[in-house]
Amino acid sequence: MEVDVMKKVPVREQEAKVRATNFDEVCYGYSLEEAQAEASRCLNCKNAQCMKGCPVSIDIPGFIQQIKEGNIEEAYNIISKSSALPAVCGRVCPQETQCEGKCIRGIKGEAVSIGKLERFVADYAMEHGLKPRKEAPDNGIKVAVIGSGPSGLTCAGDLAKLGYDVTIFEALHQAGGVLVYGIPEFRLPKERVVAKEIENVKALGVKIETNVVVGRSVTIDELMEKEGFRAVFIGSGAGLPRFMNIPGETLNGVFSANEYLTRSNLMKSFREDSPTPIMKSKKVAVVGGGNVAMDAARTALRLGAEVHIVYRRGEEELPARVEEVHHAKEEGIIFDLLTNPTEILGDENGWVKGIRCVKMELGEPDESGRRSPQPVEGSEFDIDVDTVIMSLGTSPNPLISMTTKGLDTNKRKCIVAEENTGKTSREGVYAGGDAVTGAATVILAMGAGKEAAKAIDEFIKG
Amino acid sequence: MYKILSKTYLTDNIIRMEVEAKRTADRCLPGQFVIVRASSDGERIPLTICDYDREKGTIVLVFQTIGASTTLMADLKEGDGFTDIVGPLGRPSELCEMSIDDLKKEKIIFIAGGVGTAPVYPQLKWLKEQGVLADVIIGARNKDLVILEDDFKSVAENVYVTTDDGSYGRNGNVCVCLQALIDEGKKYDRCVAIGPLIMMKFAVQLTKKLEIPTIVSMNPIMVDGTGMCGACRVHVGDEIKFACIDGPEFDGWLVDFDESMRRQAMYKTEEGRKQLELKEGATHHGGCGNC
Ligand SMILES: Cc1cc2nc3c(=O)[nH]c(=O)nc-3n(C[C@H](O)[C@H](O)[C@H](O)COP(=O)(O)OP(=O)(O)OC[C@H]3O[C@@H](n4cnc5c(N)ncnc54)[C@H](O)[C@@H]3O)c2cc1C
Ligand SMILES: Cc1cc2nc3c(=O)[nH]c(=O)nc-3n(C[C@H](O)[C@H](O)[C@H](O)COP(=O)(O)OP(=O)(O)OC[C@H]3O[C@@H](n4cnc5c(N)ncnc54)[C@H](O)[C@@H]3O)c2cc1C
Ligand code: SF4
Ligand code: FES
Repeated sequence: MEVDVMKKVPVREQEAKVRATNFDEVCYGYSLEEAQAEASRCLNCKNAQCMKGCPVSIDIPGFIQQIKEGNIEEAYNIISKSSALPAVCGRVCPQETQCEGKCIRGIKGEAVSIGKLERFVADYAMEHGLKPRKEAPDNGIKVAVIGSGPSGLTCAGDLAKLGYDVTIFEALHQAGGVLVYGIPEFRLPKERVVAKEIENVKALGVKIETNVVVGRSVTIDELMEKEGFRAVFIGSGAGLPRFMNIPGETLNGVFSANEYLTRSNLMKSFREDSPTPIMKSKKVAVVGGGNVAMDAARTALRLGAEVHIVYRRGEEELPARVEEVHHAKEEGIIFDLLTNPTEILGDENGWVKGIRCVKMELGEPDESGRRSPQPVEGSEFDIDVDTVIMSLGTSPNPLISMTTKGLDTNKRKCIVAEENTGKTSREGVYAGGDAVTGAATVILAMGAGKEAAKAIDEFIKG
Repeated sequence: MYKILSKTYLTDNIIRMEVEAKRTADRCLPGQFVIVRASSDGERIPLTICDYDREKGTIVLVFQTIGASTTLMADLKEGDGFTDIVGPLGRPSELCEMSIDDLKKEKIIFIAGGVGTAPVYPQLKWLKEQGVLADVIIGARNKDLVILEDDFKSVAENVYVTTDDGSYGRNGNVCVCLQALIDEGKKYDRCVAIGPLIMMKFAVQLTKKLEIPTIVSMNPIMVDGTGMCGACRVHVGDEIKFACIDGPEFDGWLVDFDESMRRQAMYKTEEGRKQLELKEGATHHGGCGNC
């Protein structure tokens, strides 16, 4: 296979026109031959910059060398040492700001396609039944994990490897957190990828009890005092949606992205035969510019609507992964940038009929370096839509902190936890992921789960 | 699986089930609800907890078959089970948070309408356990739709049954009945109204006039029931509340019922089609102008 060392080996994708009408995965991933060709672009740097960009410090040149040589199983073992969910991370990490953003190749040409290589190795491992291994015999000590998102699954898996008797308590009827209710099928296949990753965690002996809302069905104190859990890890995410507090937000046809995506992903309402309904929209405005907004927009598009992304800053500032923005544009999503809603307009029956917006311009950079948008006077205009999806970010659900005595939170409702251990203000209680940081990324949540597992092990062994 | 221990029909389309749900039964209080799924691809359906037995680890659900999902639930038999039950969700009734002394000073009137009659039962029963006896109005369209009258008699001071067509008990809707009781000289410090939105709306109009503070139990469309989606948004005064975590019970004087009724109809056509599909097969795709 011929390789242009300046460019990534292109990855095969479903054609934009076709995929805009289905929910199958957009990206097909590399074949062995393509992966080896891409791996050959890696310079195997001594002082590998890519690793510095990786929040969990995967030995990137190490696993890429193994791909080059065709030892995929060994490549998997190397990744597994640092990451519990490589098939997920390979698909959803913002590589352009992490490993690939630092890659030496990127200075003159395109960075090595580290994410696609990681995904290739993880998919190969799944197809060939490679599984993470237990490192210590069972010790019978019970640890509870709250939430089955990336942080909870990782913490549970690592503790089980060390021999602990781990139970995950999950509020929803299905495990996976955002991986099952938030990120759509066309980006992260549920059966083929997420369910398999969860099976791997269960294969280590982790029990998952669904339908338990900690704080309502049981409290942390009861878990520790009555049910014999020696330590608890809180990985309950940041699931509470924000609205804008503009007029018209309770009109019929206004949804949070969480609701829209949960209906489609968790409840499968994108399928005709699902008993859970979803709005059949003709024209949709999605407010926001992050991954969540892109996912909601591309879901609405696939359900047959014309979709506008309404975002108050410019293209440069879109917080979504570059690949998602690129895919969204290819599929025909319309970007109304530097535009901010001021009101949602309703018809006489209380259904959305439009969204009133104002044009924005970017001011001087503020302390954080971001240029803050200011409304342009007299620039109001209306967009006719029948649906508005609010994707303005989320914050942690206060249910657990409200019902756990002595658990400190900050003013953003995030649980206060020590940086490298996840230790909270309550002895034996650890926390990590979005519940601590506010909405962030899969890899950071996973990293926090790993560190907390280590700290819990040290705490229990005293 | 959450096993169904007993199933009885209270009317043609109102069903009572006692179901195993250990964690919920352990901790629930009156006013709280669960979300159930009848099958592994089922819709998440919120239902109020209508009774509970902590020893046996069971709860009682009472539901009316109104759409596709509740119809499928009605097909479940004794010995079958729900795939999922999560709870208890929502906040317990405000009454549970008051001191017993304060409760004993109050004369409370409950207004129970239609299937909303069932969720009133655990509140009356709990009050009786605290030594407080309240009055209750049960409203129904006609005689055949009156439910739980005998159960109520054992936990309430006075039970007034009223039917819209006068076929049983008093004649008229619940508002007529409440006004009549006041005219007869009854005095109430607080009202709790649970039933269809339209009933709660009119009950609240009356209690405002009568100056009786009123708690209502809202039943908006829900998805997760844990505060994650906001489908359950309700305007209470100037504030937007999530019924699943801030409610489901709110100060009835402040609730925007018209908005809630409108929001409840959000999926009407889609649900209507699903219901027809269940009955007649996949022949309804919209577009014909009839559905
Ligand atoms: C639509 C969407 C797209 C995204 N795209 C990307 C992306 O492309 N790349 C990326 O890196 N990140 C992305 N993110 C962010 C990423 O998914 C999150 O940062 C990550 O999932 C956080 O993991 P977590 O384990 O902290 O929590 P979550 O994944 O949120 O999991 C928390 C779990 O805890 C459960 N829970 C909550 N409260 C309780 C309770 N009281 N009792 C029991 N269980 C409870 C929840 O039901 C949930 O299952 C996206 C997020 C969304 C919503
Ligand atoms: C906190 C709470 C407690 C509840 N407790 C009970 C109870 O104890 N017993 C009981 O019978 N019902 C109760 N409900 C209502 C019950 O959840 C709905 O009747 C049920 O979801 C309807 O499902 P379906 O698929 O059969 O009907 P659908 O086909 O979904 O609906 C049929 C029609 O009913 C309307 N509708 C009314 N209320 C709702 C709702 N909440 N969700 C969806 N659609 C609705 C829809 O607009 C639709 O037009 C409660 C609801 C809430 C939120
Ligand atoms: S920085 Fe780029 S070239 Fe260097 S080791 Fe990492 S991936 Fe390979
Ligand atoms: S039901 Fe989702 S937030 Fe209330």
